[in-house]
Amino acid sequence: MPRSLLPWLLVLQRLGIALLTLVIVSFAVFFATELLPGDVAQILLGQAATPEAVAGLREAMGLNEPALQRFLGWLIGMVVGGDMGTSYVNQMEVAELVSGRLGNSLRLAGVTTLVSVPIALALGIGAAMWRGSIFDRAVSVLTISVISVPEFMVATLAVLIFAVWLGWLPALSYGANVDSITAMLKAYAMPVITLSFVVSAQMIRMTRAAVIDTINTPYVEMALLKGASRSRMVLRHALPNALGPIANAVALSLSYLVGGVIIVETIFNYPGVAKLMVDAVSTRDLPLIQSCAMIFCVSYLALITIADMVAILSNPRLRK
Amino acid sequence: MMTLRSASTPDRGRKPRAYSFNWVGRIGLAVMLFWAVVAVIGPWISPHPPGEIVDWDYFGPVTENFWMGTDYLGRDIFSRILMGARFTVGIALAAVTLACTFGVILGMVAAVTGGWFDMILSRLLDAFNGIPSLLFGLVVVAAVGSSIPVLVLTLGAIYMPGAYRFARALAVNVNTMDFVTVARARGERTPYLIVREIFPNILGPVLADLGLRFVFIVLVLSGLSFLGLGVQPPNADWGGLVRENIEGLSLGAPAVIFPSIAIASLTISVNMFIDNLPTKIRDRSE
Repeated sequence: MPRSLLPWLLVLQRLGIALLTLVIVSFAVFFATELLPGDVAQILLGQAATPEAVAGLREAMGLNEPALQRFLGWLIGMVVGGDMGTSYVNQMEVAELVSGRLGNSLRLAGVTTLVSVPIALALGIGAAMWRGSIFDRAVSVLTISVISVPEFMVATLAVLIFAVWLGWLPALSYGANVDSITAMLKAYAMPVITLSFVVSAQMIRMTRAAVIDTINTPYVEMALLKGASRSRMVLRHALPNALGPIANAVALSLSYLVGGVIIVETIFNYPGVAKLMVDAVSTRDLPLIQSCAMIFCVSYLALITIADMVAILSNPRLRK
Repeated sequence: MMTLRSASTPDRGRKPRAYSFNWVGRIGLAVMLFWAVVAVIGPWISPHPPGEIVDWDYFGPVTENFWMGTDYLGRDIFSRILMGARFTVGIALAAVTLACTFGVILGMVAAVTGGWFDMILSRLLDAFNGIPSLLFGLVVVAAVGSSIPVLVLTLGAIYMPGAYRFARALAVNVNTMDFVTVARARGERTPYLIVREIFPNILGPVLADLGLRFVFIVLVLSGLSFLGLGVQPPNADWGGLVRENIEGLSLGAPAVIFPSIAIASLTISVNMFIDNLPTKIRDRSE
C-alpha cells in the first residue's frame, strides 16, 4: 500500500467510528425518550383515561411491538424518508416544525462563527507570540473566567453591561418584525455577543497552546538563533506548521456552540431549534424532543469528526 | 489547564516544599471550604426563613436587613443563597462521587484486563461522550421528570465516561511498570493488582480530575436549573435562583447578580485550587 494513502485510510476509519457512534447515540436518545418515561399512551391520555382507551392508543401507535423493532423503524424512517414523526401536542409533522427553526439556528451559529473565529485567532496567536506578557495574562484570566462560569452567566453579564448600564441594546427581547438593518443588528447583537464569548474562550486557549507547541520545536529555535525577529519567527516559521492544530481547535471549539445555543436561545427568546426543544420539554412532546436532540447530536458529532479529520490530513508526518 | 512543572526546576537552594500550597491555591481552598461549611450549616445561620416572603417590595435593593436584596416575591436572597448552597454543592458532590467511583473502577479493570472487555467498554463510553452534556440532561429530565435523585444519576452518568477514560489512560501507564509485572509474576490476582498496585499510584491525578469534573457538573446543573429542569420550586439551587429572578435583570436587581456570583466563586475557586495543587500530589504517577 502506498503510504500516501494512509491519511485517507485513517479518515475513512474516523468516519466509520462516527457512524457507529451515531447509531449508539440515537439508541440512547430513543431509549431515554421512549422507554424511560413508561407508558406513553397513559401519559398522553392522562390519569382519567379508561384502560380500554389506553390499550387502543397503544395499539394505534404501535407501542406493543418490541422496543428494538420500534427503534429500527424510527431510525430508518428518519434516515431514509426524513420522517421525524408527528408532534404529540399539535399533531403537526415534526419535520415541518423543525425546518422553519433550523434556518434561524444555523444563521445564529454562522454569524457567531464569522465573528468569533477571526477575533479568537488574533488573540490566541498574539497571546502565544508575547507569552508571559501583560497581554497574555489578561487574555488568559479572561478566558479562564469565561470557561469556568455557566453560559447563562455570560449572557446575564452581557445584558447587564450592554443593555442595563450602557443602554445600547434591548435587554431580553427578540424582535420578530425586523424592518431595518439597525433593528436586525440589534436583535442579533446580544445572542451573538454571548455565544461568541463562550466559543472564543475555548478557541483562544487551544490556539495559544497549538502555537506554543510549535514555538517549542527545534526548527523555530533555529529561526530565532539565526536572527529572525520575534514576529517573523512566529508568523513565518511557527504559524504555517500550527495551522493543522489550529483548524482542529476551531472545529472543536465550535462544538461548544451546541451547548451554548440551548441557553442563549432560551434566555434571549430566539426562535431557533433549541428554543423549540426547551419548549417541547415543558410540554413533554417526545417526538419533537427526539428530533431536536438528534439534530444537535449530529451537528456536534460532525464538528468533532471534522476536527479529527483536519488533524489527520494536516499532519505531514502521516503522508511521507 | 494542567500545567506540568518539570521536576528539574531548581528551587534556589531551598528545600523543595513538595506538599505546600501557593497563595492562589490557598484562596481557592478557603472559598471551597467556606461553601462546604455553608452547605452544611446554611439553614441554621440564615437571617430569614428562605422560603418565606419577608419584604413587601419585590426585587428590593441591598439594605441593612436584606444583605443581598430580595427576590421577585420579596424573599431574602441572602438566606436563599445559603440554602441553595446545599442543593448546588450537595447534588454536584453526590454526582461527581458517583461518576468517579464507577468511572475509575471500570477504567482500572479495563486497563488491567485489556482485551475485548476493554475494547467494547471504551467504544461504548466514547460514544456516550458524543452527546453534548447539557442535551443529555435535557432529554433525560424531559423523559422522566426532575427530582434530586434523577439529577444526581443523570449528571453522574454524563460524566462517568470522562472519568473512565482518564483513569484508564493513567492505569494503562502504571500497568506496564516493573512493580506491577513483578506482582503479576508473583501470581497476584486482578483485584489485588487494582487495589494495591494501580490505585495508590493514580490517586493523586484522579483526585485532581475529580475536582475539574465537579466544576463541569456544577455548570451543567446550574444550566439545567436555569432552564427550569433542575431543582424544582419552592426549593432552588443557585442556577434556579438566577432563573426565578431573571425578570429583574433589566432593572439590574441584586437578586440576579448575587446567585451568579455564588456560582462563579465556587467554580473559579475549585479551578484555582486544582491548578495550584502541589505537584507532588498531582503528578504522583510520574
